[in-house]
Amino acid sequence: MSVIKKDAPGANELLMGNEAIARGALEAGVKFAAAYPGNPSSEIIGTLAQVAEDLGIYVEWSVNEKVALEAASAASFSGLRALSAMKQNGVNVASDFILNLNLSGVGTGGLVLVTADDPAALSSTNEEDSRFIAKLGDLPLMEPATFQEAKDMTKFAFELSESINSLVVVRSVSRISHARGNVILGELPKEQKKARYDTSKIFIPVAAPLRHLALHLKLKKVQEKYESSPFNWYRGPDKPELLLITSGSGWFYSLEAVNTLGLKDRVGILKIGTTWPLPPKFLAKHLAGTKRVLFVEEVDPFLENNVKELAADWSPEMGSWTFFGKSSGHVNPFGEINPDLIINALAKVMDRPYVPREPGYGRKAMEMTKALVPNRDLGFCAGCPHRATFWAIKTALKLDGRGGFVTGDIGCYSIGLGPAGFYQLKTMHAMGSGTGIATGLGQLQKFGFDQPVLSVCGDSTFFHAVIPALVNGVYNKSNFVLIVLDNSATAMTGFQPHAGTGETATGSPAPAIDIEKLCRALGIRVETTDPFDLQGTTEKILDLINEESGVRVLVSRRKCALVRAKEEKAAYRMRVDPEKCLGESCGCARICTRIFKCPGLIWNKEKGKSQIDEVICNGCGVCADICPRAAIIREEN
Amino acid sequence: MNLSKDPLNLIITGVGGQGNVLASQLIGKALVRENFYVTIGETYGATQRGGAVMSHLRISKESPFSPLIPEGQADIVVALEPVEALRVIGQYGNPSVCAVINSRPIFPTAVTVGEAQYPSLEKIRDAIRDLAKEFWFVDATATAMAFGSPIFTNIIMVGALAGTRLIPIGKKVFEEAIREYFPEKTHETNLKAFRQGMEMTKE
Repeated sequence: MSVIKKDAPGANELLMGNEAIARGALEAGVKFAAAYPGNPSSEIIGTLAQVAEDLGIYVEWSVNEKVALEAASAASFSGLRALSAMKQNGVNVASDFILNLNLSGVGTGGLVLVTADDPAALSSTNEEDSRFIAKLGDLPLMEPATFQEAKDMTKFAFELSESINSLVVVRSVSRISHARGNVILGELPKEQKKARYDTSKIFIPVAAPLRHLALHLKLKKVQEKYESSPFNWYRGPDKPELLLITSGSGWFYSLEAVNTLGLKDRVGILKIGTTWPLPPKFLAKHLAGTKRVLFVEEVDPFLENNVKELAADWSPEMGSWTFFGKSSGHVNPFGEINPDLIINALAKVMDRPYVPREPGYGRKAMEMTKALVPNRDLGFCAGCPHRATFWAIKTALKLDGRGGFVTGDIGCYSIGLGPAGFYQLKTMHAMGSGTGIATGLGQLQKFGFDQPVLSVCGDSTFFHAVIPALVNGVYNKSNFVLIVLDNSATAMTGFQPHAGTGETATGSPAPAIDIEKLCRALGIRVETTDPFDLQGTTEKILDLINEESGVRVLVSRRKCALVRAKEEKAAYRMRVDPEKCLGESCGCARICTRIFKCPGLIWNKEKGKSQIDEVICNGCGVCADICPRAAIIREEN
Repeated sequence: MNLSKDPLNLIITGVGGQGNVLASQLIGKALVRENFYVTIGETYGATQRGGAVMSHLRISKESPFSPLIPEGQADIVVALEPVEALRVIGQYGNPSVCAVINSRPIFPTAVTVGEAQYPSLEKIRDAIRDLAKEFWFVDATATAMAFGSPIFTNIIMVGALAGTRLIPIGKKVFEEAIREYFPEKTHETNLKAFRQGMEMTKE
């Protein structure tokens, strides 16, 4: 049974931050949840989807983040509590709607937007700090620092939203969302609610300046509530020599830094959970007790600059402070923060030496690792269809010889930028951007541009943001080929279904939107290929790039290797015939291991031959077609 | 039962796809059953694509900790892959670290393509002997293959950790966590794999 729907108030459970957020929404009686998957936010809706049927709530994977929030707001307009969750990039996609919804206000059902940021861009293209949206849109913001708070804050966010009829933002980060910790469960409400749109109400942002003013008044109310919020607390001596002001993931790091350096009696920690609007009285009270402040937060100096702004107003009466943090260079204003960085920042400010371990051992351990441990580069999984498609693209562009290239997009296939995809991708930005850029490149002929242009996108990305670019290309008679890398899943984020898979978020059957038909309806020539047929795929690509007019689409369709591994037996047993493999003397320059680079193929240095790693190989059989001597053998399973 | 140190810092490491996350969750669940505070942090982004992965477990009777272990502060390392043990000890090891290591390598692409060397098991063992207070090498992958699939490697390694008694959790609690975590039809195989793992390190 899913822990998330456990009706056991007081139970102590190990929950992922995203599960805690989902549980908080359930304890608040959420009825409607919608999102587009994006790490580190994906498990919030994923978890809710698993229990939706049992608990009688509605959960969907929406086509993109803007539509997700729009759909969720409809439930709020009709009196139901609703949630939308997204990663930082998703907030940008939804931002146009957010900056109108703030003015129109929400309905009688609370509406909460959870944004899960990815500092250090561990699974993203950027490491944007999405807290800016709260300040930009005059929206209340909260940041959980613990797993318990992730649940409790989400629950409270719905109440807050209803008390001022405004969207409320809860901002998490990878180290909360994708970490796990103890959470004490609360009660699950039982009451049912009827949805009804009160037609005497309008939700429109007209008279924007007046509504903008009204929004500021709402924030004043929120500020009052935040002054006594249980999500803000102080731990430390009455008059600390240094005050750490922190939010979110910074709380545990600050605590560890103070304890590790033995500074509990000299340094205080002010932990702020309600980071916009800030509670000025609460902050002034604690700033009055010190003259030195160190800010600990990730990624941008959001708290730091906002507190300094308040301090500037207070300084005629309260004097001045020395502020340390990102501006002073003590805390990194990019990437993640972690316990080591904060221990070192605190050690520097307090002039206290810190040695993490016995230096002789540390040096020896580092040296041994350096000498013995090889790096592990990211690559496509064994049997990944993307490797095969990129191989065909590379071959086709080489044969064509006109300097053709590929504009990329967001998904597993982004790895195509590097050696795993034979360095084929030349651009990568937002979802859908590869095709948008291709539409522009396809207009440059009049300036002497004569290179074939390919763009690639995944099946989920196709629905999310590529369709408008495709329409733009058709309408403006651009000249390029889009290759849809259809692996029938949103693989990068955890295999969520999407509009093309024939299944909803909750596992019920859905119309599978046919990519080929949709493209044909736009008047586009469409071909379909199985990427595991390397020769056929290469020929189709060549044929499409030679057509030289208008938008063409190739759907390269083969299920994700990880999904196949779960669903079906391997198609082939692979082996290398040591008689046929000539190794270095072949003249192939070890094309299979050195260039094709499937992790299931190993170069055995001692024997001077290639071999199959049977633990890794999943029997797709593609490498058999790479070997010029047919030394790699496919045997039917 | 008491911890040998508070917080006790455990790192489970391996290669994306080996089941690091599952192993860490199982250990975490068993610990929470015994009323410990547990925080688990995971490497992510590279988790399914052949990258080096880690789960950090911070175990305490007193309070929750951050999901990241500071440099040099690991007490126990469980490695599903041998060089990964060394990679982790390089950054997080200290003279009192203990390690439980699966001896079956997964070669990085740099090695499969012939650009880098994978060290011999003897070299790895010598380095571990030099850096760790106590260590166990077990052939978890071979045992897993005997169970029918390399996917049992992680559960065997959880068993191997349990066998060392480095964390204060008894066999029974682990087995309850396994029953809670896995679907019923796989209970028997997983329990068997776990018990076999325990035997591999038991004195």
